[in-house]
Amino acid sequence: MPFVKRLLSKPLALTPVQLLLFKAGLHALFLGYLIFLGWAAVTDNLGADPVKALIHSTGTSALNLLLLTLLISPLAKHLPFPSLMQCRRLIGIYVFVYALLHLTSYVSFELQFDWALIASEVIERPYITVGFIALLDLMLLTITSPMWVRRKMKRNWQRLHNSIYLIALLALVHFSWSRKTALQEPLLYWFIALVIMLPRFNYWFKRLTPRH
Amino acid sequence: KPLSFTPSEKFTTDEAKTPYAKVTSYNNFYEFGTGKDDPAERAKSFKTDPWTLRIDGLVKNPITLDYDAIMKQFAFEERIYRMRCVEAWSMVIPWVGFELNKLIQLASPLGSAKYVAFETLHDPKQMPGQRNPFIGGGIDYPYVEGLRLDEANHPLTLMATGVYGKTLPPQNGAPIRLVVPWKYGFKSIKSVVRITLTERQPPTTWNRLASNEYGFYANVNPKVAHPRWSQASERRITDGGVFNQQRIATRMFNGYDEVAPLYANMDLARYY
Repeated sequence: MPFVKRLLSKPLALTPVQLLLFKAGLHALFLGYLIFLGWAAVTDNLGADPVKALIHSTGTSALNLLLLTLLISPLAKHLPFPSLMQCRRLIGIYVFVYALLHLTSYVSFELQFDWALIASEVIERPYITVGFIALLDLMLLTITSPMWVRRKMKRNWQRLHNSIYLIALLALVHFSWSRKTALQEPLLYWFIALVIMLPRFNYWFKRLTPRH
Repeated sequence: KPLSFTPSEKFTTDEAKTPYAKVTSYNNFYEFGTGKDDPAERAKSFKTDPWTLRIDGLVKNPITLDYDAIMKQFAFEERIYRMRCVEAWSMVIPWVGFELNKLIQLASPLGSAKYVAFETLHDPKQMPGQRNPFIGGGIDYPYVEGLRLDEANHPLTLMATGVYGKTLPPQNGAPIRLVVPWKYGFKSIKSVVRITLTERQPPTTWNRLASNEYGFYANVNPKVAHPRWSQASERRITDGGVFNQQRIATRMFNGYDEVAPLYANMDLARYY
């Protein structure tokens, strides 16, 4: 395939217009899916239990996008397609949007704004606590995502944003823990996450071993 | 297939019924996959005839019923029961069936019988979850359940052969399943092939898998939380989208107060 050959031989840099179009396409995809979900949920076209379906789809989509953001830097390096890096923040923000809608649909449609119940569930149920912490951390990353904040924070920005690995871990724990049995999709997600993280583990390991 | 039955006057409710399409497309039946829509999808070609149901153990008269005997030997009744899942959702379902005590009577239990053990069909050829732990969630098969003999003999305890006036679809536990409306749904074992009367409390599938989460009794109890969620309220699955959902308070014994005497001197927080 000439396209793949082209992708692997020369760095593919998008022109500003192409990049803009590419980003617009991503927005259309992520927003479009949300609009479809919302429409189907309101009109009872999301299976027998639209509430559960809405919670699950927003949750797993957030996790999918989160893993995608982790995949971007190795992809941009090896493909080589450096422009990909310029889309990472956009996707990262959608991780937060989807995760926020995941919580919102749980609080509004599942628990129906029963605040006493909401508070006790978040505090007493470890898997919900774990998910909630991940969401708070995601919120911090989102708030600090504009360029001017990044410049102001200097080295602390990278430190803070390294917590994406913690978020990924918490999200996987939250997902696995919410299920009745262990041998379900979560296992597949752990495996994919592990594969995505392999180049980084390799890199971290090299940095930690003293050189002679 | 349509069934003939008489509607029960005593065991009914005015509550809005869960539509047939939802009752038959939202099922926990891990033999066909852990997703709620997996059973409806994967059980389409499940064979329910021929079938054998055996009643044995501590009985004078062990019996084996074939498909026709199951379908013709008993007078069917339609009963509208609430069904409360341990996952904190519920449905209102019109079952067709007969009381389990009629079946137990036929076998004439011995005086030493104290419990009733149930077993689902074990047929890995037909049930992909039994051959592949990644489909079946890694639980032990065959699925087993149990009741105390007095619970099994209670008039509320039903052997269902139909739903909404027709024979059960495979995903709902065809050709015959248990329905115990005051207990969490997982007690109501599907596609039963064997009923054994025993002296000792029999093992049950979910209790074996996570005994801190699922007890032998599994009575619906708003005061005893599941370790991972509250059981104080439930979401009723009915018509309509996400804005028409109602969360209602869960009632002790799922509202079937007549079973309370069965547990008169028991600490139900301990025997959950």
